Amino acid sequence: MVEVVTDIDLRKVDQLIERSGADPEALIGMLQDIQRQWQYLPLPALKRVSERLGVPYNRVWAVATFYEAFTLEPRGRVHLMVCTGTACHVRGAQEVVRALEDELMIEAGHTTDDGELSIETAHCLGACAMGPVVMVDGIYHGHMTRTKVLDFLSEIRERREVKTQ
Amino acid sequence: MKVASPTQLARLKDEFSRRNAGFKCTVSVCGGTGCLASGCQAVRDALVAELKTRELGDSVRLLVTGCHGFCQQGPLVLIRPGDILYCKVEPEWIPQIVADTVIGGKPIEEFLYWDSKAKSRIEKEKDIPFYTVQNKLLLGDNSRIDPTDIRDYIALGGYQALSKALHEMEPRAIIDEIAASGLRGRGGGGFPTGKKWASAVKAKGERKWVICNADEGDPGAFMDESILEGNPHLVVEGMIIGAFAVGAGSPGGGFVYVRNEYPLALARISEAIRQAREWGLLGDNILGSGFSFDIKINRGGGAFVCGESTALMASLEGKPGEPRAKYIHTVEHGYHNEPTVLNNVETWANVPGIVTHGAAKFRELGTEKSPGTKIFSLVGKVTNTGLVEIPMGMTLRELVEDVGGGVPEKKKFKAVQTGGPSGGCLPESLMDLPVDFDALTGAGSMMGSGGIIVMDQDTCMVDVARYFIRFLESESCGKCTPCREGLREMDRLLTRITDGAAEIDDLDNLEEIAHWMSGASLCALGTSAVNPVLSTLKYFRDEYMEHIADAGCPAGVCRELVRYHVIEENCTGCAACVKVCPTGAASGKLKEVHHIDTVLCIKCGECYRVCKFDAIGR
Repeated sequence: MVEVVTDIDLRKVDQLIERSGADPEALIGMLQDIQRQWQYLPLPALKRVSERLGVPYNRVWAVATFYEAFTLEPRGRVHLMVCTGTACHVRGAQEVVRALEDELMIEAGHTTDDGELSIETAHCLGACAMGPVVMVDGIYHGHMTRTKVLDFLSEIRERREVKTQ
Repeated sequence: MKVASPTQLARLKDEFSRRNAGFKCTVSVCGGTGCLASGCQAVRDALVAELKTRELGDSVRLLVTGCHGFCQQGPLVLIRPGDILYCKVEPEWIPQIVADTVIGGKPIEEFLYWDSKAKSRIEKEKDIPFYTVQNKLLLGDNSRIDPTDIRDYIALGGYQALSKALHEMEPRAIIDEIAASGLRGRGGGGFPTGKKWASAVKAKGERKWVICNADEGDPGAFMDESILEGNPHLVVEGMIIGAFAVGAGSPGGGFVYVRNEYPLALARISEAIRQAREWGLLGDNILGSGFSFDIKINRGGGAFVCGESTALMASLEGKPGEPRAKYIHTVEHGYHNEPTVLNNVETWANVPGIVTHGAAKFRELGTEKSPGTKIFSLVGKVTNTGLVEIPMGMTLRELVEDVGGGVPEKKKFKAVQTGGPSGGCLPESLMDLPVDFDALTGAGSMMGSGGIIVMDQDTCMVDVARYFIRFLESESCGKCTPCREGLREMDRLLTRITDGAAEIDDLDNLEEIAHWMSGASLCALGTSAVNPVLSTLKYFRDEYMEHIADAGCPAGVCRELVRYHVIEENCTGCAACVKVCPTGAASGKLKEVHHIDTVLCIKCGECYRVCKFDAIGR
């Protein structure tokens, strides 16, 4: 589901466009900056980019959906990145993904309804010695198994609850 | 400051190398992605604190460097003089390391590398079997350089090759030297670099461009990342020399197309370019030669198809990375339809060495047709996971067994996969094949950019073939029908096999689709996508047959075909399986034979993983 958000600060989008010199050739970099700001690509931002650069909206859309790095869906407050590179795959990464999907009842690439957690798979995070690897907030968690990743997930949930109380 | 002449550069080299030699001791902490993942940051912090407490800041040089290669043993700390290597370093060890080794110059036995084959500790990095067979032409300086400080690179002779190229060589002579060295593209294609450069010189155009492809899209490979993180100026210097040789100076220029998912590599190359500019090594009138050139960074969006040159150039122009037919070469009509030389990170990194030491020296390593070294990421079911740089021509067996230490946990070796998703799987019988461009291609695989994935008895070859096909299916740009539809159909057929629903004709269908795809696809993604399927069909056909005829998966991977059960005579009743089973399918009392309820079993394999008595069958 692509969620329509209307309340983003378009001035911020303008700043990011300016930073890349409003150059249509820098479109990919611009979208990366926008994604860094909001953790996904909000539709109003894409519209703004199209208007400001004079690039047809369908081309902005084509770029936003072509590259693996972009997502049009807001990510969870905690984002679980599971490496499914070849080295992790032969060491059982698929079972780690499956465990998370079953537990959170969402498919990889999506976010739980409460916006709390999301799962994403990545093709190689570069820490093959520790595979299977799950990355959260830039920290690697290695040698994952079904049991370990579910323990880790409950830890995350407990920490979140303590925080929100 | 701007370095205005070769003499000034030589003076700076002396000054900086004297400065570095003035330290009593150098402590080099590996800060590569692998060591970061295993916690080197805390080790560094502990070192900073300890050196401060002991007021050693002026006499000890602390370096946080790029990848040292031995990821399996990280965090790594290397201490010079003495070349003493500490493995799996804990922050708590630091006070003792500083007291005994940094100050006392003595190794600490229990922190050294443990050689499990020889049953002994090894003190020096160069004596560890993982390192002894390597020839680190490109990665060797990683442990001696602070990648954020251009002075370290200059101290080790950096930018001397550029100085020589600009002041002592004609562009033609540089290209001749590169051609004579036999350097071939390290990105996967293996195209002769000298030939590519010569074509660019001949191509007509007012502006010419050089591009460094750092969009390493192969899952399970991190060679290029490690060069950019550890020694970014090597790539910058290679590119400036290349630009001078092919005439890509101003008004043309250079690009580094780097994956956005490599934040550290991106930061390091950006900083290196900034510093090179500040020191007058990029920009106008480089080293007083009259040659002007600059490099821009372009962040890639992580698309495997952008390994294809025409797709990469579309991406540089801010478009989706769709390739076009290549009867018009990018070297004539590339970026903005102008002559463009595209080389991969590792190729560029080889250039300064060839210019400095000459083609003959470069040819001393490697084979006749594949000279030089190649960096591989050695991963999967192998004891020493890491990044290795070896002379080409070494056999797969030497690479996997001598460098990699073989398959761990007494499991049986099954296959080695080379060349990334477009490569193939090679069996035990081909382990004596030399690792070079032509031998691997001849065997139905390829060198690719240098991923080597070791597989053991627990890896299902049909599942692996499907894994790569699914990867390629998701990465196919969809422009041409054979690739887009062929991959989808192959995925469907392979899934039938892994589900146990296939018929014997499906194998013929797979081969027929492969035939059409390799002949009719627009770019190399489609034409080489058939390799994982064809190579596994060729070398592991029996395994396909077992899936189809016996509805069984010998490796125990394909969920639809496995049935977890207790092997009664081996079961000791330890309840390990009962404890990990998420659904309660495994049950039984302590010291009594256990049982698995197939209705409750979700086939997650946890029981199989934890059982120490081989009492779980599947």
